[in-house]
Amino acid sequence: MSIYLNRDSKIIVQGMTGGMGAKHTTLMVESGANIVGGVNARKAGTTVELGGKELPVFGTVEEAMKETGANVSVAFVPPAFTKDACIEAIDAEIPLLVVITEGVPVLDTAEVVAYLEGKSTRMIGPNCPGIITPEESLAGITPHTIAGKGPVGLVSKSGTLTYQMMYELKDFGFTTAIGIGGDPIIGTTHIDALEAFENDPETKAIVMIGEIGGDAEERAAAYIKEHVTKPVVGYVAGFTAPEGKTMGHAGAIVSGSSGTAQAKKEALEAAGVKVGKTPSETAALMREVLQGL
Amino acid sequence: MEFQAKELFAKHGVATTLGVVAETPEAARAAAEEMGGVTVVKAQVKAGGRGKAGGVKIAKTADEAESYARDIIGMEIKGLRVNRVLVTPATPPVEEYYFSFLLDRSNRSHLCIASVEGGVEIEEVAKTNPDAVKKIRVDAIEGVTPEKAAAIVDEAKFPAELRDQAIEMVQKLWQVYVEEDATLVEVNPLARLEGDKLEALDGKVSLDDNASEVRHPEHEQFEIREEADPLEAKAKDKGLNYVKLDGQVGIIGNGAGLVMSTLDVVAYAGEAHGGVKPANFLDIGGGANAQVMADGLDVILNDEQVKSVFVNVFGGITACDEVANGIKGALEILGDSATKPLVVRLDGNNVEKGRAILDELNHPLVTQVDTMDGAADKAAELAHQA
Repeated sequence: MSIYLNRDSKIIVQGMTGGMGAKHTTLMVESGANIVGGVNARKAGTTVELGGKELPVFGTVEEAMKETGANVSVAFVPPAFTKDACIEAIDAEIPLLVVITEGVPVLDTAEVVAYLEGKSTRMIGPNCPGIITPEESLAGITPHTIAGKGPVGLVSKSGTLTYQMMYELKDFGFTTAIGIGGDPIIGTTHIDALEAFENDPETKAIVMIGEIGGDAEERAAAYIKEHVTKPVVGYVAGFTAPEGKTMGHAGAIVSGSSGTAQAKKEALEAAGVKVGKTPSETAALMREVLQGL
Repeated sequence: MEFQAKELFAKHGVATTLGVVAETPEAARAAAEEMGGVTVVKAQVKAGGRGKAGGVKIAKTADEAESYARDIIGMEIKGLRVNRVLVTPATPPVEEYYFSFLLDRSNRSHLCIASVEGGVEIEEVAKTNPDAVKKIRVDAIEGVTPEKAAAIVDEAKFPAELRDQAIEMVQKLWQVYVEEDATLVEVNPLARLEGDKLEALDGKVSLDDNASEVRHPEHEQFEIREEADPLEAKAKDKGLNYVKLDGQVGIIGNGAGLVMSTLDVVAYAGEAHGGVKPANFLDIGGGANAQVMADGLDVILNDEQVKSVFVNVFGGITACDEVANGIKGALEILGDSATKPLVVRLDGNNVEKGRAILDELNHPLVTQVDTMDGAADKAAELAHQA
């Protein structure tokens, strides 16, 4: 088992023919993910060969879904067009939409998130590495070679910290690793992923990686206390980040007294989550948990 | 800054007084003379608490305006040097209100905050009389319709005689928020002047950088270069995601989260090495080629505080051999200007090739360490010894 994505997932790529889209479609095909086509209105009806696979290009998400049975879309559309691409995918009722694009205006994301209300689509991102269920499927840009299948569920705001943590725990492996993105507003939250991991019988323990800014980690802590029975190990990046400066991710800015790494760590610890000071210490804590199971 | 926020207010028809921006005491005097009567001289910096810091003065005469401007220009408010003042005619408010639209991360939507109890001291009001500070959710798709604006005004209990004016102003402020792609539009105080006129007396607007990049090239004018740290300005010119901090260990990494984490790990390691700290945040992202690496190193090596540099890369999509070649190329480009020790930790995609390239290079400044913690410790040690 896994969450959101498995070996039966059929994936299309919005923006497959662009530079980023083509590069990562190739990598996804090479990872063994079942990529079934792409969407580009201007190139509808043509095919593109990527990663040794001949992929059809469709005019719309709806058409692509009808022709291929796709149930996942990964979007590499430029930021100016991301909102429209998302709305198109949501209207087509794609079950899972993974938005990799970085730099989407936050008002656009707010609009898309409001549009998702009451719809059947789950959105991950934007500005995220996507989701990987090792040895089954990959919808995003996470390298499939870092770690294999195993008992750990991972949810993270940061891409490279996802990779780092997968690497640290590669001898155990993962059910699913999901990067939810570092923007101020995102589709799938820590809480959504925690809930899914809690309900996934093969996930035995969960690693949650957060970073400064907002109150998502504090809210996740409250959720864990109430609803999560599996062991959770946490890590928060940005203890040394100064107030008022953006640290790369649009969401990673400390304003006022809330949103600091220390406040997040304390909230998580109060919910019974073991929090590491560094990625390696976090991995060591998880190792202890797994060995005790 | 206030005068820029007011420009955006005026652009969208929000009642405000622009005033005159003066960079010298003489210019402030001329502005005050032109206006006649009593004026207000206000420091223009991106910081709150200007009044408490002595950066806002009421001048009865042009002489006074000049003398206050002389005091204010050059002073520091929250670590920021004041380079200009805004001179406006003094319009003493009868009452002061607070109003803002902002991004509500927790609810993944927008929020309106309004209070008719006091303007400037809104934080105090929020503590002592929280019921007087209304928080009203704004739907991201519907936005602020005339009906929504009326509901906001009524809920905030604006005086009846100001209701129509307030409704109009709320809609115009929402226009500023949406059309300029802001994450904050704040009017504080929103003043009731003589003759029951509503006016945005002071304000603050935060713009979304992503949106400015995608659809507001005109927002570039709001960037005042002299404010930025010179190293940050240089990094920005080269398209680098760099933030200057106060420390001795220069940091280069890939991915915002990993770089933030690297800062933490270096700070912990520094505790055992004389308390050295990370000197900067620098995320070179996915494309760590020689030029990007050279640009990054160039900025960091020009930071006089820096004693050692820690390059921390986890090759996800980025291949470690590309990064290693980037470092090699950067050292060639920089030549003799590279003088500080480099601790490099590579892991992930193509790590063996990457490490082999640096082993072969055998550069006297470069030390390779296999783990993030170990490399942080080495970099802190070298910074402390230097």
